[in-house]
Amino acid sequence: MPILEFQNVSKVYNGVTKALSNVSFSVDEGDFVSIIGPSGSGKSTILRCINRLVDATQGEIYFDGHDINKAGKQELREVRKKIGMIFQHYNLVDRLSVIENVLHGRLGHKSTIAGVIGAYTEQEKETAFSILAMLGLTEQAYKRCDELSGGQKQRVGIARSLMQEPRLILCDEPIASLDPSASKVIMDHLSEINKALKITCIANLHQVDVAMKYAKRIIGLTSGQIVYDGPAQDLSRSKIYEIYQSNEGELITDIRYSYE
Amino acid sequence: MNNYTKQAPKPVGQTSIFTIRKRSFALVFAFVATLFALSSAVANFSTAKGLESIPKAIIWMAANFVPDEKAISRLPNILSKLAETALLAVAVTVCSALCAFFFSLLGTKTTKINPWISRAVRAFASFFRNVPNIVWAILLMFSFGQNILTGFFALFFASFGMLVRMFIETIDEVSSSCVEALHATGATFLQTVFQGIIPSSLPNIISWVLYMVEYNIRDSALIGLLTATGIGNLFDLYYKRLDYASASLVVICIAVMVISIEIASNKIRKVIM
Amino acid sequence: MGELAIALHSIDLSEQSKYMKKTRKGKIRTAAKTKSAAALKLTVIALLLLTAIGFLSFDYKKVNAAQAAFSTVQNARVLFAQPRLSYNTVAGIARALFVTFSLGALSTIFGAILGFFGALMCARNISNPTLSNIVRSFVAFIRAVPTILWVLILTVAAGLGSVAAVVGLTFHSAAYLVKAYSESIEEIDSAAIEALKASGASYWQIIFQAVVPSSISYMLAWTFLRFEINFTNAIAVGAAAGAGGIGYDLFMAGSFYFSLRELGFITYVVAAAVIALEALSTKVKAKVG
Repeated sequence: MPILEFQNVSKVYNGVTKALSNVSFSVDEGDFVSIIGPSGSGKSTILRCINRLVDATQGEIYFDGHDINKAGKQELREVRKKIGMIFQHYNLVDRLSVIENVLHGRLGHKSTIAGVIGAYTEQEKETAFSILAMLGLTEQAYKRCDELSGGQKQRVGIARSLMQEPRLILCDEPIASLDPSASKVIMDHLSEINKALKITCIANLHQVDVAMKYAKRIIGLTSGQIVYDGPAQDLSRSKIYEIYQSNEGELITDIRYSYE
Repeated sequence: MNNYTKQAPKPVGQTSIFTIRKRSFALVFAFVATLFALSSAVANFSTAKGLESIPKAIIWMAANFVPDEKAISRLPNILSKLAETALLAVAVTVCSALCAFFFSLLGTKTTKINPWISRAVRAFASFFRNVPNIVWAILLMFSFGQNILTGFFALFFASFGMLVRMFIETIDEVSSSCVEALHATGATFLQTVFQGIIPSSLPNIISWVLYMVEYNIRDSALIGLLTATGIGNLFDLYYKRLDYASASLVVICIAVMVISIEIASNKIRKVIM
Repeated sequence: MGELAIALHSIDLSEQSKYMKKTRKGKIRTAAKTKSAAALKLTVIALLLLTAIGFLSFDYKKVNAAQAAFSTVQNARVLFAQPRLSYNTVAGIARALFVTFSLGALSTIFGAILGFFGALMCARNISNPTLSNIVRSFVAFIRAVPTILWVLILTVAAGLGSVAAVVGLTFHSAAYLVKAYSESIEEIDSAAIEALKASGASYWQIIFQAVVPSSISYMLAWTFLRFEINFTNAIAVGAAAGAGGIGYDLFMAGSFYFSLRELGFITYVVAAAVIALEALSTKVKAKVG
């Protein structure tokens, strides 16, 4: 049974800008799916429709038995608890410590008041430390996030999402602001999380070669429509050309060297 | 206009840009000159008299506007009024900042409660910002009379309007990204406020508050004049009695305090940012 | 999900615990301990404490606050809901508005001219340190004294009327603009100045070929902002120093005729003017910047 299912989902911003039209696909538990496409093709909107940071205009989205678009406040909170998200610009609270940012992943699991005053249990703190250890960040635990490098910040972002004990992690351009070596570290961690921890991953990527290397399955998006949905290895050059509507040669060669 | 303002110096030979620059300079100059002439006529202002008044004022100030012994003997009274004014400015600013913070949460794009509420909050703040504080002072005088609360509320309303606008801008600029992430974890509204917005925007908010304290001390002199309270009233009292030596001491005391607060605020800003 | 727990379980906590810091109560600490966080906390506490001291020390003169607040609300309702002119004519109000506008414009023009030359002496990258510091302190003093007091002081020397108002408002504007302009000048890329210096350009050539072109859009933005402030200040000066204009009408309506409706009408006129001015300056700034 798929963990996530999109049925004819459309999204129109402000009644005029069409971001998604009639998107349907489903994702099985444990999958690593990469969504590729030019900027403005609706990649980000797809991810944000899943945890309702953006409300879809039409269609149904099912996640783990929940009808997302019909979820009320309480149910939405339940859904979001199970979905981690990491962002291109990390979206951390820069002035708080690394460990505090990681613990933010627990907010969905806590009562409002406990979250407001930041009352975390000792066990939660220990878990946070273990996650940091897994990502190689223990020494940074008490640093303020604005002291970290981009790659470290993104690892804090990953730690925060793991803290949620998620079933699904959404990655919105996780390496778009990083240099090649930091990008590799982040992608390796995500791959490891997907394989070892059996957490489903959906990642928006604009580097086709990275997507092909890490994802089992690729969804190609152009102007809000799915133009390719299949195994990574079957993605042909002409298909890439169709997705990006430009010369695929340029797209691939300028970054490929860093991964081979 | 754009050519005039945006261009970096160009080597000789590109006369066209110089011509445009000269032409727009002439245009601006003509506009300002006209504005100046019209304004002088409307306000019945003579530049000659204005220029004349400055040396006169300096000579007069050097002779009369200097604290003397009698003025020094009034120092304790002046200082106590000054302290009252400073405390009033801090109290007004802190209270209006607390109210403004909660209102600005309803007005930001970041917290996205409801676009209509947001619009209403912005309009509400704009109303308080654009009604001059002297109107509030006059209005409050009717009911509160010559009372410190008159000054308190007059300054409160104006500060509130200003701070709501500043806070909304600050929160939208500083906190929107982390708020998105906290929403995604399933955090509730209050959790997002206390774990995301406050930690990320507090330094900027405090910086605005410090700025507003400074501003309110200066404005409280004006409000004090109108409502016969505080340091403004004390100045007015000496001034009307032609006791310029004591009035000058009031001015010096205000200046010293404002400058000290400015220096302290700048130091604090540097550390907390 | 179960896998996460298993994976985490396999991590040796005793290895990690040497990085964990404890609070006084023996719990694991989470906060970063930085100087800025401590300073921030201290500032907040100090502000709250001063507020409390303020409220406790104020002399309220036994005012019945609830009753006064209630009647203020009643009055505000009359003021804002039933604006009506009875002592002034619309033409008179319009004229007064123009007078206030003119006071604001004149003091902005004078302030900008003085501010420009002051800024040339004050900006660290084109002036010498001694001169810069002298101008800086002088300007800080002028800014620290409220505008209204400058106007009152000048009234004694120049007599009641527009001269004292304009000169008084100019004092503060010039001081404010010296600071604003010099900060814009200090942000200029020093390479442009150096290049001209190297080519043997004179001081005024450098000013008008490098300094002015690269900072003019900021300067204009500041000037417009100051014009808005001067307009508001001109209202206040009219009210509190009898310098004429719409501020004086406001004052008379409230404190002489005791007419809330009159006050309401003039308030709406003033608010509309302020909003229009703000919109205009935003437009001009967008075009220039």
